[in-house]
Amino acid sequence: MNDRPLLQMSGIVKEFPGVRALGGVDLDVRAGEVHCLLGQNGAGKSTLIKVLAAAYRPDEGTIAWEGEEVTLASPMAALKVGIATIYQELDLVPDLSVAENIVLGHELTRGGLTQRQRTNAVARDLLARLGHAEISPTRSVGSLSPASQQIVSMARALSHDTRLLVLDEPSAVLDQGEVDNLFRVIRGLTEEGVAIVYISHRLEEIRAIGDRITVLKDGITVATGLPVAETPTSRLIELMTGRSIEYVFPPRPEEPRDRGAPVLEVRGLALAGVFRDVDLTVHAGEIVGLAGLVGAGRSEILETLYGARHASAGTVSVDQRPLRRGSVPAAVRAGVGLAPEERKSQGLLLDQAVYRNITISSLGRFARGGFLRSGSERKRAEELTRSLDVRPAGVERAVRTLSGGNQQKVVLARWLLRDCRVLLLDEPTRGVDVGARSEIYQLVRRLADSGVAVVVVSSEVEEVLGLADRVLVVREGAVVHDSPAGELDESRVLDLVMEGKVA
Amino acid sequence: MTESTARVERAALETTRTDNPVLAVLRTSVGRNLGLVVALLLLCVVGAATAGDRFASMDNVLTILRLAATIGVVSIGMTFVITGGGIDLSVGAILALASVWCTTVATQDLANDLHWMVMVGAALAVGAGCGLVNGLLIAYGGVVPFIATLAMLASARGLAEIISDRKTQIVDVPGFQDFFAREILGVPFIVILFVLVAAAGWVLLNRTTFGRRTLAVGGNPEAARLAGINVKRHTVYLYVLLGLCCGVAALMIISRTTTGSSTHGGLYELDAIAAVVIGGTLLSGGRGTIVGTVLGVLIFTTLTNVFTLNNRSISEQSLLKGAIIVAAVLLQQRLASRNTT
Repeated sequence: MNDRPLLQMSGIVKEFPGVRALGGVDLDVRAGEVHCLLGQNGAGKSTLIKVLAAAYRPDEGTIAWEGEEVTLASPMAALKVGIATIYQELDLVPDLSVAENIVLGHELTRGGLTQRQRTNAVARDLLARLGHAEISPTRSVGSLSPASQQIVSMARALSHDTRLLVLDEPSAVLDQGEVDNLFRVIRGLTEEGVAIVYISHRLEEIRAIGDRITVLKDGITVATGLPVAETPTSRLIELMTGRSIEYVFPPRPEEPRDRGAPVLEVRGLALAGVFRDVDLTVHAGEIVGLAGLVGAGRSEILETLYGARHASAGTVSVDQRPLRRGSVPAAVRAGVGLAPEERKSQGLLLDQAVYRNITISSLGRFARGGFLRSGSERKRAEELTRSLDVRPAGVERAVRTLSGGNQQKVVLARWLLRDCRVLLLDEPTRGVDVGARSEIYQLVRRLADSGVAVVVVSSEVEEVLGLADRVLVVREGAVVHDSPAGELDESRVLDLVMEGKVA
Repeated sequence: MTESTARVERAALETTRTDNPVLAVLRTSVGRNLGLVVALLLLCVVGAATAGDRFASMDNVLTILRLAATIGVVSIGMTFVITGGGIDLSVGAILALASVWCTTVATQDLANDLHWMVMVGAALAVGAGCGLVNGLLIAYGGVVPFIATLAMLASARGLAEIISDRKTQIVDVPGFQDFFAREILGVPFIVILFVLVAAAGWVLLNRTTFGRRTLAVGGNPEAARLAGINVKRHTVYLYVLLGLCCGVAALMIISRTTTGSSTHGGLYELDAIAAVVIGGTLLSGGRGTIVGTVLGVLIFTTLTNVFTLNNRSISEQSLLKGAIIVAAVLLQQRLASRNTT
């Protein structure tokens, strides 16, 4: 390992409409090292590696490669320099063979015809170099295990003359034996002088494989080049959670009021292969937060109790009346509303007017014999957008033209209009700027105060802690902790979220 | 995003929108329809200039409208299916099957014994039944619309040939002909029927919960589902509605030709889809216009009429139709892409 950086990124800024995803990130990577990138969900890790892979152009900042400043114009240019990225969702073509996938985009040809024999030979060499000669180049990729597919992805990366390999949570799909195997492959590569940027939530993996660590928080580098061996875990958690922006959370009601019967009762809810045995009771006026890693099953729990997925076991009752399994209309009729995780693709009709997005779940209320009275529809929508302060005003405007925070208000207005009993919020402030966040927190608390039972899922621990009255921690498809939010702090939740994985 | 950056973005959005006044007008729904009206008027000018009084006569106008009625009713139904995010290739075949079933000896005997409405019931039932099969296959069977309706296209016409033994079946039910072939104040009844279907379609799409749900289902099926709409059931309704329209169109064609035949409705699927797309309904779903569809149908039918009056070949006509479709879609995409930037 030499100390001259292979890659040096300085002051990288990347903004999306309404969000500053990266606000000045520095990263230097040396040849032959495993450089770990650490940070909570939404800290900017994915954005950073997309800048590195030239999938995004940075708005500010410089990238130096072997000491010379470069502009990576396209993903192809990044590959040419020697930067290859393996994303969490592998980008393989399942129906093509292993060898065909490896050379995809730079096929070996003679006179316009592909050379099958030579392609297979090249693939065999690469797979052997990765220590996986047992994967046959002629097998179709779709028939391989996720671990083997990952090896194929790496072989493809190496088929370009790769000097820097970015691995985005490579262990997420692997079991322990496969992870050990992956580490062997990584060590082999670093010995050849390849640099690795390794992203993982699992601190014990970082201990096992990493050389140095860079920590991101809210799109900013809070520490860089920390030697793994000399940095205690507590310091890392502190860096990850250390707050750089204070959100204003509304105060919790002081004393538990007379709560009466629960509004939402979930008993033994399960979705085969995703989560099991979820019990959840929410009273009127209460906000319950679900914390956990991405993939722990949080969103799936919300979607299942909303009927958008068909539960394999368990019951969901609203006001003591059980809901029909797997039926969204039944849940909506019973007074449940969902603000989904992917607001644009799951929540909104982007090209349609604001008022239509608000009234879509309550059309019956504005109809007589199936005929809509759009005057009263608009009037009601106007009242709601005014009370939620949706900006810019005007209910005829297409939802697409609003910012993330205002789009979220439109989704909330939809359920306000229905006077819903239970409100399920999946990542309510994703893609929402700082100012609008506080507004949404206030709004959620106001809704709870008016008697709605609220369930919030969020990847941001401080959001769950700040907003909820009670917090449930979900890990690997099971609820592992349930306590009042006041009894927890951020590092305790992170501990619970990653328990068994903290070294 | 702060208020000021929001304003800047909006301003940027608005400047790109007003770069070209013609495009800006065409981007509004009224503007688009206006464009179609202009195209139709131009076509009429060409017709009058080349064919003179043979084109610009009341008789000829009624001929155009009579032709437009059949394909028009199918196109109204097609507008709903396409707006709802689907497509139906089987409309011509369903029409043929309905026309055959409704004119078999057995049906006609029953109609003469009971009432001519038996024939109406038969045509509508066959249409709705085929639509139901399409809808169930697509919504609950998970078959993509293109394939499900392609299969229906083959099967329905095949069944029509089997039932009719490929023979043309003459209608001999006086009550039926009296009702459908009559004129009211000089206007053929089937033209009035088309106007009624179009008006009902407009109200259904623009003024009812059904129409609003159709836009939602076609615009973003996942968001519609999570908003509590029963997307599958709605999809079935859409295909049944189109099937019913095919039944109505079958009745019109029977009365116009006084026959039922397995060859009726040839290539109607293409004409209907073309008229809908030219009218401004998005092929990807989520936006639909009944007025546009009616204008699209009139443009195509008038075009056919002008060509026929000038003794030009069907082949030339097809060539021009193809060019018009491509031009319309290119324009539509240009407008749509500007909209999203």
